[in-house]
Amino acid sequence: MVKSRILHFWILAFGGLLVFFPVYVALMGSTQDSINIGRGQMNLIPGNKAASNYLQAWYFGSTVVGTPPVYVMMCNSLLVALGIALGKIIMALLTSYAVTFFRFPLQNFFFWLIFVTLMLPLEGRIIPTYKVMADFRLLNTYAGLIIPHWVSATGTLLFRQVLRSFPKELLDAARVDGASPIRCLTAIVLPNIKPNVVALFIILFLAGWNQYLWPLLMVTSPSKYTLTIGIVKMAASGEALVDWGVVMAATCIAMVVPLLVVIGLQRWLLMGLGAMSSR
Amino acid sequence: MGKTYQPIFRNKFLPYLLILPQLALAIAFFLWPAAVALYQSVTRTDPFGLKTSFVGLAHFKSLFLDSRYLKSLQLSFIYAIIITVTSIGLGLLFAIAANDKKVPAGRFFRTILIWPYALAPSIAAVLWLFLFQPSIGLITKWLKMLGVNWNYTINSSQALALVSLVAVWQRLPYNFIFLLAALQGVPVEVIEAARLDGASARRIFWAVVFPLISPVTFFLCVVNMGYAFFDTFGIVDALTKGGPAGATEFLCYKVYRDGFVNLRLSISAAQSVILIILGIILTIAQFRFGEKRVHYE
Repeated sequence: MVKSRILHFWILAFGGLLVFFPVYVALMGSTQDSINIGRGQMNLIPGNKAASNYLQAWYFGSTVVGTPPVYVMMCNSLLVALGIALGKIIMALLTSYAVTFFRFPLQNFFFWLIFVTLMLPLEGRIIPTYKVMADFRLLNTYAGLIIPHWVSATGTLLFRQVLRSFPKELLDAARVDGASPIRCLTAIVLPNIKPNVVALFIILFLAGWNQYLWPLLMVTSPSKYTLTIGIVKMAASGEALVDWGVVMAATCIAMVVPLLVVIGLQRWLLMGLGAMSSR
Repeated sequence: MGKTYQPIFRNKFLPYLLILPQLALAIAFFLWPAAVALYQSVTRTDPFGLKTSFVGLAHFKSLFLDSRYLKSLQLSFIYAIIITVTSIGLGLLFAIAANDKKVPAGRFFRTILIWPYALAPSIAAVLWLFLFQPSIGLITKWLKMLGVNWNYTINSSQALALVSLVAVWQRLPYNFIFLLAALQGVPVEVIEAARLDGASARRIFWAVVFPLISPVTFFLCVVNMGYAFFDTFGIVDALTKGGPAGATEFLCYKVYRDGFVNLRLSISAAQSVILIILGIILTIAQFRFGEKRVHYE
């Protein structure tokens, strides 16, 4: 038993190292002189350029290519991820509320139409979607980065399942007291399913924060870059010219928000993941 | 208790109003574009855009006669299998170790192992790029000392290995989370009983525990295949752009290249339709295994 415990410890230590090592090297890289890194003299101990690398990344971005300062990309990422998650939650909630507590012609058909979007990955409708975005004049806009994501088959399915087991007596009582359906939703349903909403919100926020292909297609002006595409552009520009210290500082800044989510909201994150798989 | 399907509200128009926003967006940005892709995949428009004629499956036929597409198809499946098997295997290994409640620093390791889930595939790619960059990478330097000439920008198998490594690293936490939850759901009494019967730890795992967690494992296989086919775009774009010589040009990257860079619209549309079919298959499989999982537990 003790022997297997030691083995388990070493397995976990190996896993921890596997995960931590690239993050550690990035952290060290962000404190060193880009010129030294460019010469292949990367150290595994902190250098003395931390302040200048982080300040440079935060306020100016990479000197070499036309990428915006990290604070701009950070704001874009936050705005987009919050907008997407909030919009998806509202849409999913309204739809699942309608199909659970109302009866209307074609409701299953409409529900099915929303469900089908689950089977249509962006890669499978890439050019026509781009065309639609251009026709609506949504290219290069925040609205274009956010609104087309407000379709959530997963969220709708999840909320429908939650609402189906919602105690109907509560709603009946409120209705008899003269509350409108909308009031029932905001005053009775919403407060009672808050944990489900929070858990789903976190999953959707991370997905919005991490998406890549959509902003890559939609955005051409650097001022609207999100962190995911901005940092790749900083790191990929012309080989030797990459300002590695600054790029790694930007990468480390970009990892802070996901890190906070995992550490601070781990319980919700796990709950959300569990709910999504067993719908 | 009334029947489950008894409606609560009797409004006639309100439900349509509630469902309309999401339905309109689903039609505008999902269903309509998918229908257009389908239409474009079976028609040909002349260069001036004046005449469109129906060509049946001609685009699909030329697609499947194109050796580059066949190569991409084959690569995507190889890549998906590598990622699925490796990340589930490692996830299971770490989950078994973490399921030992008395292992030192268990909670700490668990948080660390979950963390990359929250990172973007493209950011994960930049982290590993810094290590494996051909001229400045730290691991590149170490490999050179060992006599390995590492340059993924010109070596096909190294490119595939690097892209797989990043995907497995980024995907590992997801598998770890689910497998750990599944292991924790295995009743202690069952394991105790097997132990009293004198079964070895290995035998207990394969004969008792593994069958109980296999529904979750099936589910993870499907989800990881989906990840490999559709969500690894950022990794490829950040590291190899499909190169060298198409060595990492997976289906999701090829459809983008052919559509946006090479501007071969009808060929790209045909590829889109194939990706949609793949999406349908994976979604159906996911729901079947998802149901099974609930049923078993």
